[in-house]
This record gives sequence, C-alpha cells and structure tokens, in this order.
Amino acid sequence: MRKIRLIDTTLRDGMHAVSHQLTPSQMAGVAAGMDEAGVGTIELGHGDGLGGSSFQYGFSRATDREYLTAVGRVLKNAKMDVLLIPGIGTIEHLKEAMECGATTVRVATHVTEADVAEEHIHFAKRNGLETVGFLMMSHMASPEKIVEQAKKMESYGSDIIYVTDSAGAMVPDDVKARISAVKNVVAVPVGFHAHNNLGLAIGNTLAAIETGAEVVDGSVRGLGAGAGNAQLEVLVAVLAKMGYVTNVDLYKIMDVGEQLVEPLMHRPIVINNAALCIGYAGAYGSFLLHACRAGEKFHVDPRDILIEMGRRKTVGGQEDMIIDVAVELAEKKHQGGR
Amino acid sequence: MDKLRVAVLGPGNIGIDLMMKLLRSKKLDMVLLAGVDASSHGLKIAAEKGIATSLEGIHGILKSGDIDIVFDATGAKPHLIHAPLLKDAGIFAIDLTPAAVGPYIVPAVNLTECLRDHSIKNVNMITCGGQATVPIVRAISRVTRVEYAEIVATISSLSAGPGTRQNIDEFTETTSDALVKIGGAERGKAIIILNPADPPIMMRNTVYTKCDSGRIDEIKASVLQMAQTVQQYAPGYRLKVDPYADGERVVCVIEVEGAGDYLPKYSGNLDIITSAAVAVAERYAQYKLEEAKA
Repeated sequence: MRKIRLIDTTLRDGMHAVSHQLTPSQMAGVAAGMDEAGVGTIELGHGDGLGGSSFQYGFSRATDREYLTAVGRVLKNAKMDVLLIPGIGTIEHLKEAMECGATTVRVATHVTEADVAEEHIHFAKRNGLETVGFLMMSHMASPEKIVEQAKKMESYGSDIIYVTDSAGAMVPDDVKARISAVKNVVAVPVGFHAHNNLGLAIGNTLAAIETGAEVVDGSVRGLGAGAGNAQLEVLVAVLAKMGYVTNVDLYKIMDVGEQLVEPLMHRPIVINNAALCIGYAGAYGSFLLHACRAGEKFHVDPRDILIEMGRRKTVGGQEDMIIDVAVELAEKKHQGGR
Repeated sequence: MDKLRVAVLGPGNIGIDLMMKLLRSKKLDMVLLAGVDASSHGLKIAAEKGIATSLEGIHGILKSGDIDIVFDATGAKPHLIHAPLLKDAGIFAIDLTPAAVGPYIVPAVNLTECLRDHSIKNVNMITCGGQATVPIVRAISRVTRVEYAEIVATISSLSAGPGTRQNIDEFTETTSDALVKIGGAERGKAIIILNPADPPIMMRNTVYTKCDSGRIDEIKASVLQMAQTVQQYAPGYRLKVDPYADGERVVCVIEVEGAGDYLPKYSGNLDIITSAAVAVAERYAQYKLEEAKA
C-alpha cells in the first residue's frame, strides 16, 4: 500500500481566513489535537509566513516567536514547519524560528523566480532543516517552465519540490501535466498544495497523487485563503478508501475539526462568489478578504477587482495593487455614471 | 579644471546605466569602466563609445591615478575590499552595493549635509526601493511623528539581475534600516516582490506609515513637495496614488519610470538608484569645483 505524507496548513494558510488573529494558545490547542491524531507535519504562523505581519498583509495577533514557542511546547511527534517567502521573510527570521524549534521550512517563490530562494535553501540545509522548495502560483507557468524552476530548487538542496496552486485555478489536467513533468526531472519527492476555489481541491490532490506526488497539503475544515485548502479530514477519509496510508486517525482529526477548529472560525469556508472569481481569474488566494474590504471602501464589486487582478497577472503578495485597481474601477464607474 | 574625472567599477546593468547617464553630465567626465571579465557586455559598450576599459577591476582604477570619484556597482563583498583602497587613494566613493560602509545618502533628503562634511569619503546609495521610498517617509516625518513605516517595492523580474536576486535579504534589511535612519520613522519594514508579467510592469512602491493621519492635508503637501524634489534628478518619479488617510495609517503609491538609458523604461528601479548616484556625484563635483576656484 502506498504511503502519502500529509502536511497540515490549518495554522498557516488558515490564518488568512481569520485575518491572522489566532492566539498562540489557540494554535497550541489545535496543534496538540492534530499531533495526537497522527498529523506528521504542522505548518504555522502568519499566512504570509515568517515576517509576514505587516500593513500589506495584515498584522498577526502575536509574533512568530510567540506562536512557535507555544506550539513547540505541545508537539510530541509532529514536525514543526514554517513558511519563508524571500522578499518578505529573511534568514534572520528563519534563525529565530529555528531557535523556537522549527525543523522544516518551506521556501516559497513565485513559480518563475526560484533563484531568489537559493541563499535561504542553502542556509536551511547547512543548518540541518528539512527544506521544501515551494513554487507558488504554478498555474501561471507552463510545465516546461516549472520543470526549469523545479530543477533550480533541487540544485539548491531542496528535499521536496512543491507545485502550489495558490489561486486554486487549476483543473485536474493542469495538475497532472505539471506534477508528472516535475516528477520526471527531479530525484526528490514531489508535493502538491491545493485551493478549493473551483471546488477541485480534493480532486486535484488525487490527480497529483495519481501522477506521482508523495506529499500533499490539507487543512482541517479547509481553513485557508480563498475557498480554503483541501479539507484534511476529507482527504484522510478519501485516501483511506482508495487504499493509501496516511497515519492520521480519521475520528480524531474529525474531532479536531468540530471541537477545536470550528469554534475559531470567523465564517464557514465556502466557495462564495469572490472566491470563485479568484479561481476563475487565477488571482492569489489571500486577495479575497482584501478585495472585499476594498470593494466596500470604494463601492465596487470585489469580483471585478479580483478578475482585474488576474488579468494584470499579479503575483502572490501584491495585496497593495488591490487598492490601485479598486480606485481605478471606482473612477471608471463614476465616469460611466455621468 | 571644469569637470571631475569619474570611473565606474562593475560593468553590469547598473554600471552600464550609470555610464550612459555620466556621458551626458556637464560636471563629470566618464573616463574609465573597470571590470574583471573580458566577456562583460558593459565593457564592449564602453569600448564602442570610446571610453577606456580595464580588466583589472579596482586595480585598474588605482593605476589610472587621476580619478576623483568612483561608482562601485559590484557587490557588497567586493566593496568591503574596495572601500579602504579608494579611501587611501583619496578617491570619493559612491557605493551602489548593500555594503553600507559609508552613511546612507538620499539626494532629496541629506545631500548637502553629507557632502559638506569633509570627513565623509564614502556614501552608500541604500537600494532602489530605498531611493524611491525614503524621501516619502522623510516628508511625512517632518510633519508628524512616524511610529512605523512599511514599504512594498514591486519590480519586474526582467529588471532584477543576479545581484538583486542573491541579495534579497540585504535589500529588505538595508531598506528598512534606511527608513529609520534617513526617513525618520521609529521602526521600518521593507518587502520586495518580483513580478514576471509581460509586458513588464513599471517599478511600483507602496508606502504605509503609522502616524497622525488627521494631519493628512499637511502630509500631502509635504509629500507632493518632496516628490518634486526627487523629480529634479529622477524625472520618471511620480505619485501614482496621492497620500490618503486610512484609519491610523497614511498610504501612498509611487511609480518610477526609467529614462530608458540602458534597460527599457520599465526598469525604474535601476534608474532611481543610478540617477540618485549621479546627482550625488554632480553636487560633489560642484562643491569641489567651487573650492578650486576660491
């Protein structure tokens, strides 16, 4: 029976869905439950990773150090994982995370910009961390381009290469083409991170597994940016039915969802109109709440903002562009009305 | 003597763009481009324009013997070696690397102050994002206390060379340090994003400051005035979104269009730092020429 490694992102990607407002003790509670349920790797922190707390992305309730320290105290078996996006977080941030007990780091770049991660991956490997190269917004590049970037990530020393559907914009054939292309050229395991904006998070994850992915992401109750991630407890059930081994206890992870995660959620994770537009337009998942707020402030439809963000080929992290787009749309609307 | 003699060290994107600008200067004579790799495109361009080249790097410049100003467009590590050699040779150094041996300089903010201090023989140009955003933070902090300044610089992937890519942490760290030291904020943070869109996007900078946003009218006037000052040496610098109050913060957006001297106009990131460096050199030359006449 084939074994699939699951990485949980409830406490990192899920932070987007709660505007980065979980407290360290809330995180510790959820993390302890997941550890007990058999989740092997738990990613946590601000939604935009180390150093993400900012005006641009929203300030988190607590600091990276406070979150990591609180979670580090309760974990018995699970690896503690952090996200590092070069340009936002730095090696100094990573050193701090290591002091707090992080053992795995995912170094994330836009799918065409792997070379900005070279220094960070080298540093992480030299210091004994498990290091994952994480290619975001993979729907924006062809399989050939992704292959070139995946090879770079591997050459820097990544232990795993991820194809990341940050916009939840891929359909299963897109996933298959990218995963199999990467799988063919790298020697290390390949991973996949899904978003559910088109209702395909579980389906795409299965497509990734069928074409060779050995590591996949999920989050409890789907808590994540946009319409959320592949719902972890659903993934555990589906993979069990298909005969894959995950080591996660289904009842226990369901209980984590109902008893620990649900009470912390600001709203149910559903595919609302704005989230659907993110998937349809291929815009970055965490633009969702920012576009809704800008839509309200400038009296424009958030769907129009998100579609325009996709049309302009914005990349992850360009939340500041939402204001520009909203202002321009508002001006256009105003002119049209006269 | 009516012009100072200048050399550029490092024939990459920055070095070539600098050379193009220096060729137009009325106060500076671009006499030498020094590199270490014979295949450098920049050295070929220099030769075509009739400018002397050297393959001996810093030693080529020192041997030349009569250089007044050197622009160092190599990297942080090489500049640490170059800086003491230039100092011993009595050559004024304008450092475009993140080495930051000398004080940060932003022409619109602290040009006179730095250059009137004769003990300063090496100045640092911070980063492209720093040159674009520090003036704005300074414009706000001269009106009201800035508790925190945060900038997001988005540049086109095509205009980010290997130097920028390998030193991305230095970019964020140096820029945030300058937001405090020269911008006058109490705390600073910088974020950089590379965008590969084609056609390439213009360099774009969002500046967020936590301050008394109730004084937005004064802030706006100060920022508009500062933008005009920067435009005197970087004509493609403009406010895309004027400062506006948003709760406890003030937000504004700056776009920088390049002059298109070497890389195309979208490379405003290149232009803002080379234009600023030339502005520093021209003022230095002005003072030196005045002293010589006196």
